[in-house]
Amino acid sequence: MLLLQTILSGVLIGLVYALVAVGLTLIFGVMDIVNFAHGEFLMLGMYASFWGFALWKLDPLFTLPLTALLLFGVGAALYRVVIRRITDAPMLSQIFTTFGLMILFRGLAQYFWSPDFRSVEGSVLTGKVAFAGLQFGLPQVVAALGAVATSGAVWWFLRSTRLGAALEATAADKEAAALMGIDAQKMFALAWGLGAACAGVAGALLSTTFPIFPEVGASFILFAFVLVALGGFGSVAGAFWAGILVGVVEVVGGFLWDPAYKLVLVLSLYLLVVWLRPQGLMGKA
Amino acid sequence: MLSVERLTKRFGGLAANEDVSFEVGRGEIIGLIGPNGAGKTTVFNSLAGFFPPSSGQIRLDGQPVAGLPPERMAALGVARTFQIVRIFKSMTVLENVMVGAMLHHRAVPAAIGKAREALRFTGLDRRAGDPASQLTVAEQKRLEVTRALACEPRLLLLDETMAGLTQNEVQEAVELVKRIQARGIACVVVEHVMEGIMPIADRMVVLERGRVIANGPPRAIAEDPVVVAAYLGEEYRAPGP
Amino acid sequence: MSRAAAGRAVGLAALVLAAVFPLVVRSATWQNTVILMLMVAQLGVAWNILGGYAGQVSLGHAVFFGTGAYVSTLLALRFGITPWVGMFAGAGVSAALAVVIGWPCFRLKGHYFAMATIAVGEIVQAVVNGWELLGGAVGLSLPLQNTGFWFMVFNRSKLPYHYIALGLLLFTLGVNWLVTRSHVGYYLRAIKDEPDAARSLGVSLTRYKLYAIALSSGLAAMGGTLYAQKELLIDPGSTLSTSLSIKMSLVAIMGGVGTLAGPVIGAVLLTTIEEASRLGFGGTGRGTDMVVYGLLIVVIAVYQPAGVLGWVKQRFPPKAAPAAPGPGGAR
Repeated sequence: MLLLQTILSGVLIGLVYALVAVGLTLIFGVMDIVNFAHGEFLMLGMYASFWGFALWKLDPLFTLPLTALLLFGVGAALYRVVIRRITDAPMLSQIFTTFGLMILFRGLAQYFWSPDFRSVEGSVLTGKVAFAGLQFGLPQVVAALGAVATSGAVWWFLRSTRLGAALEATAADKEAAALMGIDAQKMFALAWGLGAACAGVAGALLSTTFPIFPEVGASFILFAFVLVALGGFGSVAGAFWAGILVGVVEVVGGFLWDPAYKLVLVLSLYLLVVWLRPQGLMGKA
Repeated sequence: MLSVERLTKRFGGLAANEDVSFEVGRGEIIGLIGPNGAGKTTVFNSLAGFFPPSSGQIRLDGQPVAGLPPERMAALGVARTFQIVRIFKSMTVLENVMVGAMLHHRAVPAAIGKAREALRFTGLDRRAGDPASQLTVAEQKRLEVTRALACEPRLLLLDETMAGLTQNEVQEAVELVKRIQARGIACVVVEHVMEGIMPIADRMVVLERGRVIANGPPRAIAEDPVVVAAYLGEEYRAPGP
Repeated sequence: MSRAAAGRAVGLAALVLAAVFPLVVRSATWQNTVILMLMVAQLGVAWNILGGYAGQVSLGHAVFFGTGAYVSTLLALRFGITPWVGMFAGAGVSAALAVVIGWPCFRLKGHYFAMATIAVGEIVQAVVNGWELLGGAVGLSLPLQNTGFWFMVFNRSKLPYHYIALGLLLFTLGVNWLVTRSHVGYYLRAIKDEPDAARSLGVSLTRYKLYAIALSSGLAAMGGTLYAQKELLIDPGSTLSTSLSIKMSLVAIMGGVGTLAGPVIGAVLLTTIEEASRLGFGGTGRGTDMVVYGLLIVVIAVYQPAGVLGWVKQRFPPKAAPAAPGPGGAR
């Protein structure tokens, strides 16, 4: 029973990891750029929720659509101002552009909001959910459901809308997409907007249970990388399933073994998978 | 010198090559032709060690070499060029050729000497100091041949070296292949440009759908009804002597 | 004066400057900053052999730096072995470890390789954090009583560290120079440019990538030993962190990857930026230094991806090359 409880807890947190990774893999799939500043989108989403709550007493759950919209704007703007200029640059300069952005965002957050830990106290989301003898925190359950809904919405968008199809076409073959009259610049901006919005929503969902501070993104970015690579760079579905897998491995590993080593466990799993299957679990060869 | 014995290569369930057999004698020029998708490039990549064959054998002077990696094939005397040129863009022309020469001459001064010799042979010596990325397409193709020659091969595999060249440049390329042969180096030439390969090949191997459909001297091939039907079309006749 | 001659003159001037600096400037802060510069430069040069010349972007090089620091410190603490020997022992252990790590990781390319090296780095850091024998998260400290040249511990003045750091940097540059002047250097550049073409010319990718990582990691480990001796305290956070790995590659990029002097120039630049933004804005505790630092990295990465030396090359082309006929290769 305890093990089942642990496994399900792993699934819950894994679903949130998955949402962060879905955004990251979307950007990678469309542009072949690994975004080191992705955790900072999550951080911004957390702060947006925090300030909505602190200033206007609006619950993070209610401001969630606004947070998503705000982060979409941040992502798209970041593309227009910075990323647009490094589309064809060598991998190293791309890595360092987004790495610099990561430091810049953390610095800005510290400058405006101080390095203090903040938290959202007294959200509507408190208490526990009991289910068939198992017990979970309500915020965790809501966060997981919200993450599933958002990932599902992204998946539906890519599969079933014209715009989503255009985005997928750009990811598959930029030149062919351009010949079909798809504006790559718009698609790239869209990918960054969506990617940032996913991370922002994850941040909002976590804001009621997680401390909020300028470097909070660091705790998620490594896992997000692992999920993206594990699921196959650019594969949204892959990142989603990898998220659940990693959440379970992390929580169960921490439970059965030493919690200090759960990161080692997850990273070793990742290395093993990419070594046996370099394209990831669901990536195209 | 080289014998290909019932070479078969499958990708998934699809056979790109099936039971391909032919021989290359010392200093011979073999033309490997066939319509698009006939499996020429697959044969080529198997010979160069880039694809391990699914079955069959490749022998170099009687030694089985199928499945050896490209670097081992190069060491055994099989050098190649690429259909889409792969020059080292951050290097000068001379440095490109030096990388080839270093296979048998590790020391830099010796490699420079060998590389200059190869560049003189192919007529690229006046561009030795230029960045390789500044060469024209024809020169880049010539650079790849030079680089392969610097490995001092016994067998040179040329992959569509003449595609995309002007009439004059094709003529120069033909001359070069003949001079390479004169050095006793055998050549397997995959080619689409017929006027390039027909006059110089000792024998032609024609592939269609992964199989050898004809193998013989160019004149006979050009008149072979099977080949004509499969590939050459009505308008082509072997050039007179 | 040709560009090569100008480069030699600048290099010589920099060497003289580095040699007399601590004799002229007596401020301990400035002396320390310059030692830091030399140490970071040495690590950048070491990283550059694998990441710059061979094009295998490692973001886990702190593992090798840390190996050097831990091996020499353990040898000194347990067996009283001088760090002068420990330095080379660390380099050897690090090179062996690098081969073990590199063997599987070299199956991966581009982003995949870079990500795998981050993962390896984080794993090693987490493992050492929990390893009692290595002092765990607290780390190891070297006793201050055994001072002098033999123990590589100096408490009266920073001067000796400065010259050891300078010597180690020159040694590392020398090794790098020898590599570029041998077939290994040409092969590494060939592997970076066109791996398949390199193979077709007889270059074994695995073998030469392993040479590169062994050399690169061994040299980084020597830097680790020097760090341990200078700080007398090592812990996983300071010697094994991913941010340290990233810094090694960052200086190479800022100066110009795949060039001899690039990482040195990058180290001077980066350390200056860091120290200036820390001194100028750091006191506020409001992250202004991070803002400046991050912004500068972005601006350099976006507008000058080839680094300082790339800019020099554009600005002062090596005498007018004969006009190339037609556009360079078609793709």
